[in-house]
Amino acid sequence: MKWQLIKGAALLSLAWGLVAGTVVPAMAGTFDKIKERGKLVVGVKSDYKPWGFIDAAGNLAGMEIDMAHDVAHRLGVKLELIPVQTANRIEFLQQGKIDLIIATMSDNPKRRETVGIIEPLYYAGGTNALLRKGVGVSSWQDVRGKKLCGTQGAYYNKRVAELYGAEIIAFAGNPEAMNALLGGNCIGFVQDSTFIGSTLASGDAKWADFEMTLPTEDEQGWGIAVPLAELNGPYGDFMRKVVTDWHRSGKLIDIERKWGIKASPFLQTMNKMYR
Amino acid sequence: METVWEWFRWLDKTHGIDLSVFYDTGDRHRFLMGFLTTILLSLTCLMSSLAIGFIGAWAQQSQWRWARLAVGAFIQFFRNTPPLVQLYFFYFAIGGMLPKFADASGMASPLFGSFFWAAVSLSLFGGAFNIEIFRAGIEAVPRATIEAAESLGFSKGQIFRLVAFPLALRFSLRALNNNMVNLVKTTSLAYAIGVPELLYVSAQIWSDQLNTREMMTLLLFSYVGLVGAMVWGMHRLERALRMPGYGQ
Repeated sequence: MKWQLIKGAALLSLAWGLVAGTVVPAMAGTFDKIKERGKLVVGVKSDYKPWGFIDAAGNLAGMEIDMAHDVAHRLGVKLELIPVQTANRIEFLQQGKIDLIIATMSDNPKRRETVGIIEPLYYAGGTNALLRKGVGVSSWQDVRGKKLCGTQGAYYNKRVAELYGAEIIAFAGNPEAMNALLGGNCIGFVQDSTFIGSTLASGDAKWADFEMTLPTEDEQGWGIAVPLAELNGPYGDFMRKVVTDWHRSGKLIDIERKWGIKASPFLQTMNKMYR
Repeated sequence: METVWEWFRWLDKTHGIDLSVFYDTGDRHRFLMGFLTTILLSLTCLMSSLAIGFIGAWAQQSQWRWARLAVGAFIQFFRNTPPLVQLYFFYFAIGGMLPKFADASGMASPLFGSFFWAAVSLSLFGGAFNIEIFRAGIEAVPRATIEAAESLGFSKGQIFRLVAFPLALRFSLRALNNNMVNLVKTTSLAYAIGVPELLYVSAQIWSDQLNTREMMTLLLFSYVGLVGAMVWGMHRLERALRMPGYGQ
């Protein structure tokens, strides 16, 4: 019995060591891998209209999908799009399921320890809330103790909960959170200001009773990301050149306009800087 | 205790094994609350699914045809649909249709939150299986035993309560055990409608700390511990209810 217990404990610690101690192998040469198989695999959003969404024909479309197409075009390879979610996009890149993240991902120091975020950043947004009209919230302080819907894995959930004391109910994706908001399960939906802006601008009648009145806070840049080990290798260098060129040529401003997104001051600034 | 937490901080610094739920006070609190929510949700679902199983099995033996048909329809509905679909159905479809009431701030808010709907949906899901498990147990009660009770002048209700069900419960315990284990594990689906249970808080923590591997491992071991404790309890019950000559 005793011997069995010891054996059990040894097995458990061995299992722990295997799971926790294994270092993800550095995926050297993604660049070569892409060229060899003639295909670039990009992780994009499918619930973030109009940056990444599923169009009427059932295909992934949007501003970031256009960007992915451009990268593949420049590499001279085919493009495969994989829909990712906020809570799993980083793991997908680490596991090598995708070669590149273009999925509305904000830049922050913690993420920089895990993935290679390409500078310059390509977009910027801040934290805001889509609020039901007449809920009596006129400043961020007013959300204390109130229920706000959110998306699992978003970096601002923690900040809004800790700083302003809101109760965040987070769902797997934007559609679920927005349904819960429409169903009255929360007074508002914490999201990126850009997303809320384009939701309201879509003119969909179901959002007629909602507004975005709080000041946009904690503005963060969005970055595309490559595996961390390749940030300073040829793959990272290539992606830096691509994003710089997007800013210089005004391509991002063009795509933004194409999708009917309100002109972002960030893109104008970057365009002036690189031109 | 502080030295234990510090040891985990050291583990993170020197070996890169980031178990933030032990050294970070905020994460520790979140994880603990998630664990408690899972336990509370599990207990609620276990109790009410047992009650549903008991009532359903009793109604199935009823002379009224409509009662038997209703139970049959209930089982077909809840056993043949995925639990995640049921959760979404209750939370978004049923929850959205119910009347809303003004809360303290004067806002129209729904009567029930996500925890309530998770408890309802999972109890019905577990209950549907429990009815079948109890039925199998009842059918295993020897016909001769029932006839003996009848000849002693027991009424139909008395036979069910005093003879058939106590025996059936003992026959059902093993299968019931399996279903209970499954139910506790299924509570993790409540993650999808925003119930802050174990999986939900873990996802929040690994999104903030980016320690997915460590959290996944810890999550796995947490469930092993939780289900292990429950199985141990069920085995104790099995032994306590043991009747010589019946099955063991």
